[in-house]
Amino acid sequence: MSSPTDRKGRLLTYVGALQEAVSQEMDRDPSVFVMGLDVVDHKGIQGSTQGLPERFGPDRVFHTPLSEDAMAGVAIGAAMAGMRPIYVHIRMDFLMLCMNQLINIAAKARYMYGGQVSVPMVVRSMIGKSWGQGAQHSQGLHAMFMHVPGLKVVAPATAYDAKGCLIAAIRDNNPVIFVEHRLLYFTDAYVPEESYTVPFGHARVCTPGDDITIVGISNMLVEALRARELLTEVGIHAEVIDPISLVPLDSETIVRSVARTKRLLVVDNAWTTCGASAEIMARVIETLEPRELRAIRRLGFAPSTCPTTPSLERLFYPNPASIASAAHAMVRPEADRWEPSAETAALAYQMNFRGPF
Amino acid sequence: MPRTSRRAAKTPSKDDIARLYRGLFLIRRAEEEVEHVYPSDKIKSPVHLAIGQEAVSVAICDALRPDDVLGCTYRSHAAYLAKGGDLGAMMAEMYGKATGCARGKGGSMHLVDMQHLLLGASAVVGTGIPIAAGYAIALKREKKRRVAVTLFGDGATEEGCFYETLNFAGLHKLPLLFVCENNFYSIHTHISKRWSNLDVCGRARAFGVPAKQIVDGDIFKIRAAAAAAVDRIRRGGGPEFLEIHTYRWRQHVGPGGDYDAGYRSEREARKWMKSDQVARLAAMLASATRVRIEDEVNAKISEAIAFAESSPFPGPEDLLADVFAD
Repeated sequence: MSSPTDRKGRLLTYVGALQEAVSQEMDRDPSVFVMGLDVVDHKGIQGSTQGLPERFGPDRVFHTPLSEDAMAGVAIGAAMAGMRPIYVHIRMDFLMLCMNQLINIAAKARYMYGGQVSVPMVVRSMIGKSWGQGAQHSQGLHAMFMHVPGLKVVAPATAYDAKGCLIAAIRDNNPVIFVEHRLLYFTDAYVPEESYTVPFGHARVCTPGDDITIVGISNMLVEALRARELLTEVGIHAEVIDPISLVPLDSETIVRSVARTKRLLVVDNAWTTCGASAEIMARVIETLEPRELRAIRRLGFAPSTCPTTPSLERLFYPNPASIASAAHAMVRPEADRWEPSAETAALAYQMNFRGPF
Repeated sequence: MPRTSRRAAKTPSKDDIARLYRGLFLIRRAEEEVEHVYPSDKIKSPVHLAIGQEAVSVAICDALRPDDVLGCTYRSHAAYLAKGGDLGAMMAEMYGKATGCARGKGGSMHLVDMQHLLLGASAVVGTGIPIAAGYAIALKREKKRRVAVTLFGDGATEEGCFYETLNFAGLHKLPLLFVCENNFYSIHTHISKRWSNLDVCGRARAFGVPAKQIVDGDIFKIRAAAAAAVDRIRRGGGPEFLEIHTYRWRQHVGPGGDYDAGYRSEREARKWMKSDQVARLAAMLASATRVRIEDEVNAKISEAIAFAESSPFPGPEDLLADVFAD
């Protein structure tokens, strides 16, 4: 397996990596097919399904009616019959319409049918942010799926992992909830042209550091890495970890890091209550002795519905400045509260998405 | 259809009758045995008995090839056995034994036999309908003229996924037969209190799906209708819909009747009991043939019960097995 630090291949966007992964797998395995709202239209899910309809034809790439409940069942049935469906959702919020099939059938079929069937399907879902995505176009609901045994949940944050994880997800014999963040779509990384997998259950230490461990989930990995830059300026060295897959979750890598840094900050692109951040913290606390842990904290969405106005939306999400400030307070609890200067922080902010779609 | 086979559909041969009777009697006796064992508490599983409804599953499956696929509901014993599901594995499943069809982890509501292409049953009403449609996509692709059948009750037609699947199956001309087993009651509530329009066939036709209704429970009529529909579907005609009236003699769940509960009358049931297809076919057979079939079936059931009784329970190592596939 190659690794993202090899700088092999060429710079490719996250969305290009998704497209390439599906295209290569469809070439390799005729049982792979793509279905979902808008997968065939001129926008091709921001480009992630672009070119596939022309290349693979209407039997293998098709638009679905707005019937998420039944379509989830259709994907599950096809998977039980030995096919490998990729069911695409342009917003994670729309997965709520598929919950019955995903939770009551997909997650349980293998177990409740005594191992007689498997459900090798991928459910791609995109999380939106900014330009007024608001209440129903912005939710990071991965923890809901983590709660139920039988589903795998993966949230790659780089183009490299997007390709490797999607190929791994397609080849997996279980239902995989594939979490994509829209603001990651046009970030790029070195991505090998050949096919490769990023195996689930292996967290990646993105940058080493001794003062604090920061775990960043999905898009919050990018924000955490920017926060790390800000912290370096005041002499704090954060170890930033990307869990990549949430089920299975590699808590060992995180625990090993925290045992050294003695401080853990988990930043999730979701609410914190009963969330992935709560789960990661719980696993660390269950494993380490109290004396091994000096500070532990999590950041996530504000405990409100996502507002649309920029003045409030800004406060809703963790950002590099708020992450850096929280980390600073954990590493130097006696020091005055510190925040990076407005100008420096502004440079670290993610480029905002501009609408309308 | 050639004239001879049309006549055959109308006038069943002795072999047809014997075969169908064997199917009906097996289900009736298997469920009576479940009722018999139930008070012992050896079966710790909610059982939804199909006694009275056997003809639907038997007739539909008689019109299928062994390589066709059937999905059913949590009232699954009849469909499971009619499709050829293993009787011993079914009994063992209800006993919670490791030799059960779902290794003791599914119980009566989740019978499954993929070897005989009986898709696993679901306890959430209607959920199996789109699953069968997904299977039908695979069957359509492989071009072997196989057909998928989804069996569901009147209650399932109230779920959104029923309409969503009708639309999708019609759009993609899937090789899928919808069979609505209308026993008039969703748990304890009659369709007249649930449906704004009793014409469920009309709802299927609204999606361009041809529909036929059979109201008298006649096993030969059901079989003929199913055979004709399956034949058209096999030849690429797209999905069809059958509404088959039938009647549940027992309570919604558990052994015994519930005619004293007040939501339905014994008089209503009597009409269906008079046209009981098990008794009807028994009377059509020479007594030696009938007795031979019954003896064979009874022996099979005793064997299945003995198998269930003597099989081991799953061990602690099985608790976490099959949460994920390898």
